Amino acid sequence: MTPSALQQGRIAYRRRRAVRSVLLAALSTAVTGTLLVVAVTGSPGWDRVKDAFFNLELGADAVPAILDGLWLNIRLLVVCAVAALALGLVVAVLRTLRGPVFFPARALATTYTYTFRGVPLIIVIYLFAFGIPGLRLQGTPGVLVLGGAALVVTYGAYLAEVFRAGIESVHPSQLAAARSLGLTYRQTMRHVVLPQAVRRVAPPLLNDTVALQKDVGLVSLAGPIDAVRAAQISTAETFNYTPYIVAAVLFVLLALPLIAVTDGVTMRAARRQNAGT
Amino acid sequence: MLLSISGVRKVFGASVVLEDLDLGVEEHQVVALIGASGSGKSTLLRCVNLLTEVDDGVIRLDGEDITDPRVNADRVRQKIGMVFQSYNLFPHMTVLDNITLAPTRVHRRTSKEAREQAREWLSRVGLSDKTDSYPDGLSGGQQQRVAIVRALVNSPRLLLLDEVTSALDPELVGEVLTMIRDLKTDGMTMVLATHEMGFARQVADKVAFLDGGRVLEEGPPERVLGDPTEARTRQFLARIIEAGRL
Ligand SMILES: Nc1ncnc2c1ncn2[C@@H]1O[C@H](COP(=O)(O)OP(=O)(O)O)[C@@H](O)[C@H]1O
Ligand SMILES: [Mg+2]
Repeated sequence: MTPSALQQGRIAYRRRRAVRSVLLAALSTAVTGTLLVVAVTGSPGWDRVKDAFFNLELGADAVPAILDGLWLNIRLLVVCAVAALALGLVVAVLRTLRGPVFFPARALATTYTYTFRGVPLIIVIYLFAFGIPGLRLQGTPGVLVLGGAALVVTYGAYLAEVFRAGIESVHPSQLAAARSLGLTYRQTMRHVVLPQAVRRVAPPLLNDTVALQKDVGLVSLAGPIDAVRAAQISTAETFNYTPYIVAAVLFVLLALPLIAVTDGVTMRAARRQNAGT
Repeated sequence: MLLSISGVRKVFGASVVLEDLDLGVEEHQVVALIGASGSGKSTLLRCVNLLTEVDDGVIRLDGEDITDPRVNADRVRQKIGMVFQSYNLFPHMTVLDNITLAPTRVHRRTSKEAREQAREWLSRVGLSDKTDSYPDGLSGGQQQRVAIVRALVNSPRLLLLDEVTSALDPELVGEVLTMIRDLKTDGMTMVLATHEMGFARQVADKVAFLDGGRVLEEGPPERVLGDPTEARTRQFLARIIEAGRL
């Protein structure tokens, strides 16, 4: 069916308006970009900054070492993210348990989240990486594992709170419905509460994972060489900051997929919320 | 007697909601609970389903004292179905998964068996085309019928219905009431809290009027609704008639 003349007029108008918007956006971007470039490159210190931060040759030399470091970041991120998510979930569930039998578990879980949300990560890394080996126990793992454990324990506490908020956001009537069907508390948690809770808090969980991605590098405080530490070493050798820029660009590239997923999940969650109301 | 409630008391803080309440339900009987909002109808149903603990008295199901703290509440609930005013379907599961959750997890049926049974019920109540939909894609009446099916697939001995039509638009009430009428024909034992006096009159074998925490008056619907002996019952019914709901 062809639209009426009136509707055709509207369609043509909307198309003209769309074309004009695109042209305007392109023009304003070009102007802003040009102004920025002129302001930066025209500044009195630009030549020195350019040499200190954007030295292509030195940057290229540093890439292999930084990539080596980045590989450590990636491995740590994957292992620590999975472990911290699991720990956070377990702790959050422990905190929901009722009854005297579970008092110790509940108390322990609560103390844990209160403590590790408060202590700065750097201190936890020092305590784990230097304190635990000091005990001279048999089979103490290496600093890398201990540093990773510090990350897991700290982020586990943040994530436990996110999971707990999700669990509490599930309406009590959902529990009543599940229990009235004869489901046990465990089954109710597993099949009714947690799936809804996790869906609801997926965006903040992923946000914390992006934050973890930036913090895994702090294990280098204990010795292991991550991307930032590798850049620092190169910088110290050449007195040039370009390796930092290289590391920063690599970090952004690494974060892009995770950030894109987070945005996608957040948008989907928002759409679902709106559909639900 | 399938369900016998005697001397039940329930307090929330300082307010006594149920006080020395007695009520009996025979097998295949349909009992309508009526009473003002806040008179304790929901509380009573929740006590029977052990979602709330009684503060005194005894509730027997099939002769077993289910208010004994030693009984396994999960096992008791397996024998009782409950349908809520606000449906309470699980929003993250399809209609089919909502219905098969308890049969597969609690009653240990195979998934195939449970699905077949669910499909059979859905086609019986005219919801075959909604099998794979999520609850938010269904009308209130459809959601409530799914909620009733979800309770029924566990073959409960007793079905508790808590104002199951109160949240529905008027034109959707009929489809749910028809379903309950069919259940009565099948011989299902039911206790239903309701504000639909006309429906209570048609479907109930016994009407119990809750007031001041007890069953103030009970008997055949024609008598309790048509010619009540208690002044409080008459007052309540007069208010309902005024609101145009009889
Ligand atoms: N969990 C609860 N905590 C405190 N008070 C409650 C709770 N549940 C119900 N009540 C109170 O008990 C009374 C009876 O409520 P309810 O059983 O829902 O009545 P009805 O279903 O007949 O409208 C009301 O006054 C209500 O406020
Ligand atoms: Mg109620």
